[in-house]
Amino acid sequence: MNVLVCIKRVPDTGARFELTPDGRDIDTRNLEFTISPHEECAVEEAIRLIERHGGGSTVLTLGPEAATEQLREALAKGIDRGVLLETDGSEWDPVATAQAIVEAVKGLEAAQGAPFDVLLFGNESADAGHYQTGVRVADALGRPCVAGIKALEVDVQDGTATAKREIPGGWEVYRVPLPAVFTVKEGINVPRHPSLRGIMTAKKKAIQRLQPPKPEMQLVKTRLRKPPERTGECEILGEGVEAVPKIVEKLKELGVI
Amino acid sequence: MSAVLGLVEHDQGKLNEASLEMLTLARGVAQALNAPLEAVIIGAEEAQARALADALRPYGVAKAYWVRHEALRDYAPLAWAKGVAQLVQQRQPKAVLAAGTDRGHELIAHVGAQLGVVAATNCVEVRAQANGPWALTRLRWGGSLLEDAELKGEPKLLTVAPHAVAAEPAPSPATEGVELELELEAFTPELSDSDLVVRVVERVQAERKGVPLTEAKVVVGGGRGVGSAEGFKMLEELAALLGGAVGCSRVATNNGWRPHTDQIGQTGVQIAPDLYIACGISGAIQHMVGVKGAKRILAINKDPEAPIFQRADYGVIGDLHEIVPKLIEEIKKIKAGQAG
Ligand SMILES: Cc1cc2nc3c(=O)[nH]c(=O)nc-3n(C[C@H](O)[C@H](O)[C@H](O)COP(=O)(O)OP(=O)(O)OC[C@H]3O[C@@H](n4cnc5c(N)ncnc54)[C@H](O)[C@@H]3O)c2cc1C
Ligand SMILES: Nc1ncnc2c1ncn2[C@@H]1O[C@H](COP(=O)(O)O)[C@@H](O)[C@H]1O
Repeated sequence: MNVLVCIKRVPDTGARFELTPDGRDIDTRNLEFTISPHEECAVEEAIRLIERHGGGSTVLTLGPEAATEQLREALAKGIDRGVLLETDGSEWDPVATAQAIVEAVKGLEAAQGAPFDVLLFGNESADAGHYQTGVRVADALGRPCVAGIKALEVDVQDGTATAKREIPGGWEVYRVPLPAVFTVKEGINVPRHPSLRGIMTAKKKAIQRLQPPKPEMQLVKTRLRKPPERTGECEILGEGVEAVPKIVEKLKELGVI
Repeated sequence: MSAVLGLVEHDQGKLNEASLEMLTLARGVAQALNAPLEAVIIGAEEAQARALADALRPYGVAKAYWVRHEALRDYAPLAWAKGVAQLVQQRQPKAVLAAGTDRGHELIAHVGAQLGVVAATNCVEVRAQANGPWALTRLRWGGSLLEDAELKGEPKLLTVAPHAVAAEPAPSPATEGVELELELEAFTPELSDSDLVVRVVERVQAERKGVPLTEAKVVVGGGRGVGSAEGFKMLEELAALLGGAVGCSRVATNNGWRPHTDQIGQTGVQIAPDLYIACGISGAIQHMVGVKGAKRILAINKDPEAPIFQRADYGVIGDLHEIVPKLIEEIKKIKAGQAG
């Protein structure tokens, strides 16, 4: 079977956000980059599907040249090939992103002569959190889509997939014919780390580059702001076990014991 | 006159809080546009739809549409969204709003895809105007950042971030000349079999054990500093003594020490206890966004420079493997004293 997984490069912020002086972006000068945990799980799920059922996997991202770093990471974990939809690094809204992904999928499927049986997305991107790119791609391709899943099983014989979504107090079960689209939530699996050998072989794996046209944006970010933060001093109750009586006192004061 | 539509969510005929919050924000949008606020009800029996409509009245809703179809009783995301999209095409509303829940996000995404317009999700503030783009503020990074944005396209599609506005009934419901019953208009969409491919085929109930993390008054959280699955036993014990629940950071989940259902933060759960005790957790922004609702935070960390101390109310500097067992011992003594 063929699986495609879509990921997005985002800054890996630490303990707080620093914004650029014009307030339009996160100051990334001292930051590493990563993808959403949901997407890490989507990548893991793609690798497992191929390990179980055979076939090939592709990882795709729309972003600047630097996003090949995230593609390489997925390749190092076991994805077979990468596709970069290269942009100038500016922000694309989810309609534009979905459109570019749809065009790329059509092109890749025409080239390989078969549809991707499974398209995997994160439930939402870490930074923008639009919650819609995967659903839009599915609808544009006319394929069934189950969003926010935490379990996936594919039956290659009868060409169906069973997916589970967590709801308060339980699970909803969906069964859909393939090809289909799934958006994944963290918790569906525990992602692996790349092996040393994986990192070496990833360097030799192919990354295809495409330059999608940039359409007009319908949703335009004008500025970022920090929400009001918890203020006030942290009262240090002490160091080591000597602090325990103070903790107990505090717990009493707070009515917890 | 074209209206502002709110897609309300209900559980067996009971409106959820997020929908009422959404309607409260939607009412402000409608007022700014001088347009009526109308609601859309899907997946309900007629009597249920009637009861829901009446429950919507205090929120300033002028009219409700009941999207009616044999196949829409249980959740089928694409079919539900097609119902909404067809209603939108017929009624040409100014805007469609949903709650920023899993279901609200999924529906609005499909509606947007059907209509070819973008959706602005997790909005906390919307400055609507009759013509041209709208200015709005939405959440980014799971709520760690705010984004001011401009939304184009017609109609405007939005979801409202949970807890962003408090659900409030309309201030002074006009009592004179207003019918007591809310107008409920049935709308029957045209659906094909392919719209119903994705639907719930089965529901499974989860087994419940202990206090759920989201409802606990005290949460004891553990991170990398706990060191192992074994290490969480003492956190379990502490939580049990305090009548609370155990949560964890992503590092603990990724190391397989705890199930993902225990993870607190941007891609885990958001908690709102009276007290959060963070043990061996550094205080990454994606973790802390999950404990924004905590009234008090007590941090136990061996690194005095750990960022968690900038966000905590109380701090203890030291090794949790020494402090937590001692704390358990002391609390047990007190409990024994109280009992005796
Ligand atoms: C998009 C995105 C989403 C994310 N979502 C989440 C999320 O939902 N939840 C989440 O938690 N993280 C999330 N993360 C990860 C997050 O950025 C951090 O990596 C993670 O929270 C760190 O976990 P930690 O504090 O346990 O580990 P660390 O950052 O490694 O901190 C361990 C701390 O333990 C202390 N310590 C060590 N030993 C001891 C000891 N013996 N006694 C006392 N203290 C000790 C250390 O001083 C240190 O401060 C997300 C990241 C991204 C990029
Ligand atoms: N620039 C991008 N490149 C590739 N995939 C993306 C991109 N943006 C979003 N996605 C995918 O769509 C999912 C949902 O993103 P969003 O709609 O932005 O919340 C993400 O988790 C990714 O899987």
